[in-house]
Amino acid sequence: MASLFSKYEGLAGSLSAVVAAGGRNPFAVVIEKPLSSTVGVIEGRETLLFGTNNYLGLSQSEHAIKAAQAAAAACGVGTTGSRIANGTQSLHRQLERKIADFFRRRDAMVFSTGYQANLGMISALAGKDDYLLLDADSHASIYDGSRLSAAQVIRFRHNDPDDLYKRIKRLDAPDAAKLVVVEGIYSMTGNVAPVAEFAAVKKETGAYLLVDEAHSFGVLGEHGRGSAEAEGVEADVDFIVGTFSKSLGTVGGYCVSDHPELELVRLNCRPYMFTASLPPEVIAATSAALDEMQAHPELRTRLMENAARLHAGFVRLGLNASQRVSPVIAVTLETVEQAIPMWNRLLELGVYVNLSLPPATPDSRPLLRCSVMATHTAAQIDQALEIFRQAAEDCNVPLSAKETAV
Amino acid sequence: MSETVEGVSALIIQKLLSNPKVPRDINGDCKIMEDLAFDSLAVMNFVMEVEDSLDVSVPLDKLADIRTINDLAACVVDLKSKG
Ligand SMILES: Cc1ncc(COP(=O)(O)O)c(C=O)c1O
Repeated sequence: MASLFSKYEGLAGSLSAVVAAGGRNPFAVVIEKPLSSTVGVIEGRETLLFGTNNYLGLSQSEHAIKAAQAAAAACGVGTTGSRIANGTQSLHRQLERKIADFFRRRDAMVFSTGYQANLGMISALAGKDDYLLLDADSHASIYDGSRLSAAQVIRFRHNDPDDLYKRIKRLDAPDAAKLVVVEGIYSMTGNVAPVAEFAAVKKETGAYLLVDEAHSFGVLGEHGRGSAEAEGVEADVDFIVGTFSKSLGTVGGYCVSDHPELELVRLNCRPYMFTASLPPEVIAATSAALDEMQAHPELRTRLMENAARLHAGFVRLGLNASQRVSPVIAVTLETVEQAIPMWNRLLELGVYVNLSLPPATPDSRPLLRCSVMATHTAAQIDQALEIFRQAAEDCNVPLSAKETAV
Repeated sequence: MSETVEGVSALIIQKLLSNPKVPRDINGDCKIMEDLAFDSLAVMNFVMEVEDSLDVSVPLDKLADIRTINDLAACVVDLKSKG
């Protein structure tokens, strides 16, 4: 009889090769104890965290911790139900109002994760007779949403509004509804979408536009409303999806929109309806973290200064860092044989970053993906850079001092 | 449109052979993932190139049923005849 696990043989082989090449499983790192937003204990050692997406450091916000404690004491630790049954408490509606007001939108839906927000919105909006147009480098949650939807799905070339335009025209379906999905900042590479140009294509073709600001919420734009704010095109974005799990430091997802039909989407959105809502302490902590984000715009300034410092350091070392300076900085290596030992060496020397291996990377080369925080000190960044230099030397990774910054 | 499955298949093979990593002895019955060692991302990227050279839209859900080069060619011909 066939084994359910015979399809795992390839994966088992790949995983043992990765472990053999570096000594540990990079996908099973345990943070034994977070000491602050920037330092955690890993394998008994204090380790600098440069791969946590905790852009503003708010996972350790005192204000949010106190709010969570008070909410748990007052309301309990769970809702035990779906948003459309017993899972909506006053706190949930208050947070939705607050998120909508922050984005200056008519309404907001709060989901249990950002993954579910994409899954839910994309599948609920794009139906059988509609077209979904996805950036080729979209996050897994966007691809999965497209699979849950009955729409016809077309990919366009990454960050290429002209290619999107060409593909919409090629459909030759002027009357069909079309939903274009892009991300503000791409999670693997730190690439920033040319949202204004996408908005222009959307207007010209009569499509709808959804922007996933998962990594750009709290990060881009004068007020932190993301890439659409930064490019001055919020009015042309129909739906903004995002997550609380990065800049706000908690967990949960949302969608904001001015379309009044959002109220109806709540009743036709499986990842919203068929799962329990977020517990009161998470809602309260998220709300407090949003207050912190708004009260401290200097966090955003510091984040960008830190990103520039780390990026400039990589360029100086001769590492191949992302072109654009953003809080996600990917260092591209040429081969997996270089990347695995280097990632392990970084961890041994005291820096945690994310190891991304093909095919999960856009161009079949491995990435050491770093994310920067507002709470990193200049000394921590310089220490991380020195550790990168040492690890590259120890692993014979060539440092070619080429200037790639633009 | 008068494209045939054979014609489109030949075009796809020609396109594939321009990639030096693809085995030289491929034919229409080759399985794209197994025989050509394409991962899912490589398949999607290749289909994007086919879309551009043949001026056709191939929705992603169609890929679920495509295993061989000839399957892809038949799908393209079918989509073009509807277009
Ligand atoms: C672009 C993008 N969208 C959505 C998500 C999902 O967010 P969450 O962690 O809240 O599920 C992530 C992060 O994992 C992401 O990178």
